[in-house]
Amino acid sequence: MADAPQIPDEAEVRARWGAFAWTAENAEKAKAVIARYPAGRQRSAVMPLLDLAQRQVGAETETQGWLPVPVIEYVAAELDMPFMRAYEVASFYTMYNLAPVGRYHVQVCGTTPCLLRGSDDVMAACKNRGMTKGKTTPDGLFTLTEVECMGTCTNAPMVQINDDNYEDLDYDAMVRILDDLAAGKQPKTGPQNPKRHTSEPEGGPTTLKEMVKANHDYRKEW
Amino acid sequence: MLADKDRIFTNLYGFQPWNLKSAQARGDWDNTKDLMKRGQDAIIEEIKASGLRGRGGAGFPTGLKWSFMPKEPRADRPSFLVINADESEPGSCKDREIIRHDPHKLIEGALIAGYAMRARAAYIYIRGEFIREAETLFAAVQEAYDAGLLGKNAAKSGYDFDVFVHRGAGAYICGEETAMIESLEGKKGQPRLKPPFPAGAGLYGCPTTVNNVESIAVVPTILRRGATWFASFGRENNKGTKLFQISGHVERPCVVEEEMGIPFRDLIDKHCGGIRGGWDNLLAVIPGGSSVPLVPAAEIMDAPMDFDGLKAVGSGLGTAAAIVMDKSTDVVQAISRISYFYKHESCGQCTPCREGTGWMWRVMERLRTGDADISEIDTLYDVTKQVEGHTICALGDAAAWPIQGLIKHFRPEIERRIRENGGALEAAE
Repeated sequence: MADAPQIPDEAEVRARWGAFAWTAENAEKAKAVIARYPAGRQRSAVMPLLDLAQRQVGAETETQGWLPVPVIEYVAAELDMPFMRAYEVASFYTMYNLAPVGRYHVQVCGTTPCLLRGSDDVMAACKNRGMTKGKTTPDGLFTLTEVECMGTCTNAPMVQINDDNYEDLDYDAMVRILDDLAAGKQPKTGPQNPKRHTSEPEGGPTTLKEMVKANHDYRKEW
Repeated sequence: MLADKDRIFTNLYGFQPWNLKSAQARGDWDNTKDLMKRGQDAIIEEIKASGLRGRGGAGFPTGLKWSFMPKEPRADRPSFLVINADESEPGSCKDREIIRHDPHKLIEGALIAGYAMRARAAYIYIRGEFIREAETLFAAVQEAYDAGLLGKNAAKSGYDFDVFVHRGAGAYICGEETAMIESLEGKKGQPRLKPPFPAGAGLYGCPTTVNNVESIAVVPTILRRGATWFASFGRENNKGTKLFQISGHVERPCVVEEEMGIPFRDLIDKHCGGIRGGWDNLLAVIPGGSSVPLVPAAEIMDAPMDFDGLKAVGSGLGTAAAIVMDKSTDVVQAISRISYFYKHESCGQCTPCREGTGWMWRVMERLRTGDADISEIDTLYDVTKQVEGHTICALGDAAAWPIQGLIKHFRPEIERRIRENGGALEAAE
């Protein structure tokens, strides 16, 4: 398991995160999450609560966030479940970061549909900026990960950076996005191809053209 | 070509807002109460008659699946509808468009389907990476509650029904129905042995039906326009309209709704501007998402894009996600990357899959560079046969089939690489 995450659980981590507790706002959110599941089935909430905890850690550290062991313990205690059951979940799903990440988590999709459309160029743009797969840049700004299919294949290649997708990329577009982020600017999200709105064919849809201009009601033609 | 008036997902591209008001102007939530008044069994019969088959890949008849649910659920064992929005199959990107641009079709479908199968609530399991999409879905569900369309006396039908959204966190395997149920219960997403089937013991041990987003979202329109309308599209046993997703080496990749059974050539020429470099430049197509075997150019060109049409060419419709590869493609690398995907996504429960996916990927990488012996092609094929069918869920099969398809159709290419690599070694000596 050479590529297994190195789980930091040292004295410093405990000292920093041992007193983790929800902020007032997140405590409300956690309550609402637990209410979605039947009484006695509160363990179902472990995934959303781990996500919420990771986001809170992220807000406190100005990164995408991660899950220190004491934080997982806190979530497990909230849901009255053994730590190991919560830890199992945290280590099974790829979106939980078990080690610290940078301000921006650059997740380049490298699966076949993206590969065919040039994900290697997107990866090269990251590498030429000094990023290494699985590592955070020394300035703490970017963490680079190659991820598996993100489900935007007709807008390949794509990258997800924190909560946003950037699609229809090429080398130059990726460079521009990284430059903007490094300069503290928010780049345009979604398709980077100016001739596309979302997943329609480039240059305009071949179907449902009325919908482009108005909220057309097709029932009249049934 | 399918007429625009016969398309179900009219806001597919999101040119118009997704919100309740706009959705209602397009015809969603129009007198849902009357649709439900037809009665639970009548709704199931209508869906059966429409010929709708599950849109998530396996193609099981949707109405029939609903009919397995108990007719009189016990109070202590309520029934659940789980909607599979864990869209992670490489090539697939249709459920995302429904969720972010037409979420009310899904939510209305959830109410009607849930009512028909006598479920107490629906959980929509959306993949974790769909972050913005989930935000839209949460907001759309809230809109429906605020308008009295969900909750107590939903849409004034007299039926109480809840819809909850549950976000995943990055695991392809949770698209398998029993893994999804495990994940919903707050565990690792590892598939369960069947039987018991979810309709007998699913979420929290209660009767559960798991349906794909597209299967549920088309239900209100089928009921409004009638089973005969839906069944008028496509061929026998392959009825209706379908969202196709075309990625890879076409001029203009896109998602588009078309009639089932549309010939591959028509689909590409009408909506995608043809193959990059022309039809002579087509090498092969993976027609239904990464799990199905690839089909060489000559066989796919005029194949009908439906369940039986693609089965006839040794592949499958899957999620109708066509990954197109032209002659510039390193086809061994393309399949090897899919092998890596399955290695990454194996949940680790069954040994043939956990060990086999990694082993197969490592051999594929050597075949890619030609650093292998010709006899290893047969060994690899043999191993895929040992993985296939020997695991709890179909991930093992899904990892085996693309490699089998590659060996079946591109064996000379693999052998060429090995010979050229070996030849280079001999020359060096």
